[in-house]
Amino acid sequence: MPASARTIAELARALRARETTAEASTTECLDRIAERNPAINAFITVLADQALAQARQADAELARGHDRGPLHGVPFSLKDIIDINGVATTAASRVRDGHVAADDAPVSARLRKAGAVFLGKANLHEFAFGTTNEDSAFGPVRHPLDPGRSPGGSSGGSAASILDGMAYASIGTDTGGSIRIPSAVCGLVGLKPSLGEIPVDGVVPLSTTMDHVGPLCRSVEDAGIIFDVLRGGQAPARQPRQVKGLRVGVLRGYFTSLLDPQVADAFERTCTSLTGSGALLHDVDIPHAGDIAPIYLHIVLAEAAAYHAKTLESHSDEYTPNVRIRLEMGRYILAEDYVRALRGRDVLIAEVDAALGGRDVLLLPSMGVPAIRLGAATVRIGAVEEPVRNVMLRLTQLFNVTGHPAITLPCAKTTDGLPIGAQLVGGRNGTDALLSAAAAVEALLSQNQGY
Amino acid sequence: MTVKTWLETATQDAERRNLPGLRPLLESLARSTSALRSADWNADATGEPVRTSAPDAR
Repeated sequence: MPASARTIAELARALRARETTAEASTTECLDRIAERNPAINAFITVLADQALAQARQADAELARGHDRGPLHGVPFSLKDIIDINGVATTAASRVRDGHVAADDAPVSARLRKAGAVFLGKANLHEFAFGTTNEDSAFGPVRHPLDPGRSPGGSSGGSAASILDGMAYASIGTDTGGSIRIPSAVCGLVGLKPSLGEIPVDGVVPLSTTMDHVGPLCRSVEDAGIIFDVLRGGQAPARQPRQVKGLRVGVLRGYFTSLLDPQVADAFERTCTSLTGSGALLHDVDIPHAGDIAPIYLHIVLAEAAAYHAKTLESHSDEYTPNVRIRLEMGRYILAEDYVRALRGRDVLIAEVDAALGGRDVLLLPSMGVPAIRLGAATVRIGAVEEPVRNVMLRLTQLFNVTGHPAITLPCAKTTDGLPIGAQLVGGRNGTDALLSAAAAVEALLSQNQGY
Repeated sequence: MTVKTWLETATQDAERRNLPGLRPLLESLARSTSALRSADWNADATGEPVRTSAPDAR
């Protein structure tokens, strides 16, 4: 595994200790991309010359004492629905042929100002409207641990680029789980902050009321570092937490009723580890959990259809067939049902708030199954055969509907070596507190379960 | 518009637009819409809780 398997925090220390340079780190990533991208297909666009120029500038600045902070000289990939000035934003779609971004998205500008190096644009499910990346105009992303499987989506190229050592971190988007799903199945940390904490301007929308931008990376510490840069302004100091005394609401019922046995076992072992270390676990309930999927579906379909209606008329043949047909489905949503879904959102927000009442975090699995095989339409869990999409979104979409911050971190591996994730959820606008709790849980899991 | 009427209308329109692949998706969406409409948190102009019996009535 290349040196780019280390964390951002480790690279930042090495850069300042003159043990390496931004140029060397960037070159190493670019070499890895050249070696591995033909097989994994994580990148749509590689910005080799620009990245090396950014890296050399970063080194020159550090040499003269101009330190932009912990992302200075750190090589990133960006999901290819986020604008970088002068670069195509393809959204993995032929519909966007010829597009060149006229400016940086605010998140790109903040990364650039912080000294980050842009390696390139990462592959995704077309227009972020899917969970496997199979419907991409540039071909599917393959899981670095098993090329016959999907690394999850829609930010699949982002996750694969990190897992395979092609980048230190990535910026993705999450409308139903698109940061947390690929992070979970690739053994990474993925943070969906609170709704509205990070600007989504300059990011091709999927669902204007549920889109979030956030980091995929190798540690909770890295997630915090990137989050602080993405949100802009002065970051408040996060208070360190301990697992002992952490008040955890455990979501069961709907949330644990459709789990692969190895995922279920990993989740229970995580709960046992937490309890054994002094965390206070109590089962909590979302009374209308059974309504999550209909509410999510009516919001995301209607909002996606509104954005795509014009190009569905003028460029219909340029969409991948599956994405086109699902966008067309959204055009049949009635206004009254969209409004019903918005009313349902308020109900779910109140129920998640209630579940969090008096507690620091909620805990649930990140995804019910490990990485899915490419080409699979359904997945069998026990006696149940479910569509892949339903299973993949089942445990993440609630927090896009409600806007609560959520983070996935690795908690185990299957007997085949595939990663399994655990998900923590914090109070609305409580991303800092969530990160503090997640760091404590990460340290425990690292100690007890080898992560 | 009831879900049944909506589904008939939407399916006819999809066929007219030569999008036969939409039919199973619309049928699935109809089930989801029925679930949405039958949720107990829906508003009712009489002030009474929503009570639904058959999907056709939703």
